[in-house]
Amino acid sequence: MKAVCWMGVNKLSVETVPDPKILNPRDAIVRITSTCICGSDLHLYDGFMPTMEQGDILGHEFMGEVVEVGPGIRPERLKVGDRVVVPFTIACGNCFFCQKQLWSCCDNSNPNYWMAEQLMGYSPSGLFGYTHMLGGYAGGQAQYARVPFADVGPLKLPAEIPDEKAVFLSDIFPTGYFGALNADVERGDTVAIWGCGPVGLFAILSAFMLGAERVIAIDKYPYRLQMARNGGAETINYEEVDDLIQLLKDMTGQIGPDRCIDAVGMEATGHTFPFLVDRAKQAVRMQFDRPNVLRQAIQACRKGGTVSVAGVYGGFIDKMPLGQFMNKGLALKGGQTHMMRYMQPLLQRIQNGDVDPSFVMTHRVPLDDAPRMYQVFRDKQDNCEKVVLDPWAESKAA
Amino acid sequence: MNLAAGIPSRNAARGRPPARGAQRWATVAGCGALAAYGLSRRSVAGVVIAASGGALALFAAGAKSLQQEPVARASIQVNSSPEKVFQFWRDFQNLPRFMNHLSSVSVMPDGRSRWTAVGPLGSHVSWDAEIVNERENQSISWRSLPGSDVTVDGSVDFRSATGGRGTVVTTIMRYDPPGGPMGAAIAKLLGKDPSFMMRHDLRRMKALLEAGEIPTVEGQPHGRRTLKAAVARVVNPDRPAPRVADIAETISADRRIS
Repeated sequence: MKAVCWMGVNKLSVETVPDPKILNPRDAIVRITSTCICGSDLHLYDGFMPTMEQGDILGHEFMGEVVEVGPGIRPERLKVGDRVVVPFTIACGNCFFCQKQLWSCCDNSNPNYWMAEQLMGYSPSGLFGYTHMLGGYAGGQAQYARVPFADVGPLKLPAEIPDEKAVFLSDIFPTGYFGALNADVERGDTVAIWGCGPVGLFAILSAFMLGAERVIAIDKYPYRLQMARNGGAETINYEEVDDLIQLLKDMTGQIGPDRCIDAVGMEATGHTFPFLVDRAKQAVRMQFDRPNVLRQAIQACRKGGTVSVAGVYGGFIDKMPLGQFMNKGLALKGGQTHMMRYMQPLLQRIQNGDVDPSFVMTHRVPLDDAPRMYQVFRDKQDNCEKVVLDPWAESKAA
Repeated sequence: MNLAAGIPSRNAARGRPPARGAQRWATVAGCGALAAYGLSRRSVAGVVIAASGGALALFAAGAKSLQQEPVARASIQVNSSPEKVFQFWRDFQNLPRFMNHLSSVSVMPDGRSRWTAVGPLGSHVSWDAEIVNERENQSISWRSLPGSDVTVDGSVDFRSATGGRGTVVTTIMRYDPPGGPMGAAIAKLLGKDPSFMMRHDLRRMKALLEAGEIPTVEGQPHGRRTLKAAVARVVNPDRPAPRVADIAETISADRRIS
């Protein structure tokens, strides 16, 4: 089969590799019909997440048709022919964490848990195509994928929901929703959201769903700010303002946004001195993360408010404004999304016609074009917001 | 809780030389004297001698791990009742399903058991063991029979976790490592710390009991690996040594140029 392989920093190639096999009783094999490039894949592309190895298959946002199931899967849970969307987190369903519905904290899905423990103390669940530290599972930017614990994760889809409405249930829609939920959004709140990538846009949508009255979205790319405005947000181009924190206070009568969501993560950009320091330290691998957005979110948030971290971080940060966090009485929440809690309810909203997540998709291209599209997406060319890959289409470029 | 007390130790009876501690302190004293001599020289060379002597003395004083008999201990919470986990352990034939280095355990009619482990470079080591103490749903301890090639004594303890959140399983094994204390030290340098390996085993047991299978990525597809990564997999000390004929094949399969 064809698969997008990580061959080094900034180096990807579409290779022909063997088809995946059932390796454990609760595995299933999915023939992939749609698969996406995620903003967090760019952290791998740019080489900022440790424990990647040449030859790793990327991709964690995919859906398709079940073509094979292991002997441990009961047919009422999943059978050949089912059309499913697969969550990016892998969960066993039976450990303490799964039973508390903390799916992304599953204790049994990461065979390389000890690597994650070295960096993070405890290991989160395994993920598809996202470093050896987080499982080393082959990803879904391919024609087929092996799905472990397939009786827990994959969500069966009704035939009338097309791929472009369903595929974002694999990560970014629930992740944006989880970001807004973690922000404890209450009716009437003003929510500030850093980053108008796909997760940011879904966080805007979700904040309104949860009762926010105002959403202020922050980015620097005009086309992304436009998409945020289309979603009902007020926008700030941070490159055009001197003091973002003061502006947010001025916009809210000096109270500050009630809830702040970091939908950017470890590769934040900026134009201030602390950003340049972070950039330099990250370039020489003194730190994994550039935390300027997180700092701003803590600084801007109103007293007693909530800061929610939806963006991906990998390591340790400097100059955390802990005094502000403590003295303002903030709550700080984060985490990989507990996917299986939110996929079904969000699918219901799609089915009801309340939401159509396909608005984020700007590009649908053959899998062979993936290496070029990573670069286009990373460099924000061609107004690129979300790339969906078709594993079976013939590339015109080839 | 003193689990170690439950392990039958015969090493004392076996007459380990009591001079180990004295030896170490003699080394510390010797190195300290070297440092003192260096300082007395009042020259650049003297400083170097003093520094290295001091460092050696510190190393010798701290190098307790070389002196202790190897004990591996680990614990884990399992989302299952003490009764179920006890029953799973009590059938020793289950142990190779999660203990990486055991290839088989067979239980003989008299209750004794024969254990076979995969040693370095794919060699096999066998020994017979007997249960010395057993409290239903609480603990089991066993020891290898006198005259075995290797000494492996172990115990496992099962306690209810707080709030009915399953069972905390704690295991301790005391053993003579291949190559003696030096072998243990080298194994530790190579990342083969016995407690780490045991924690690994317990994680596998937890997965087996909770999820019914042990997570793996062995055998999944991937693109071309680097030569270094392919070689590292072949010389992995955790696997039996491959036959020479297989090595080239394994490396090329692992790099898999398509």
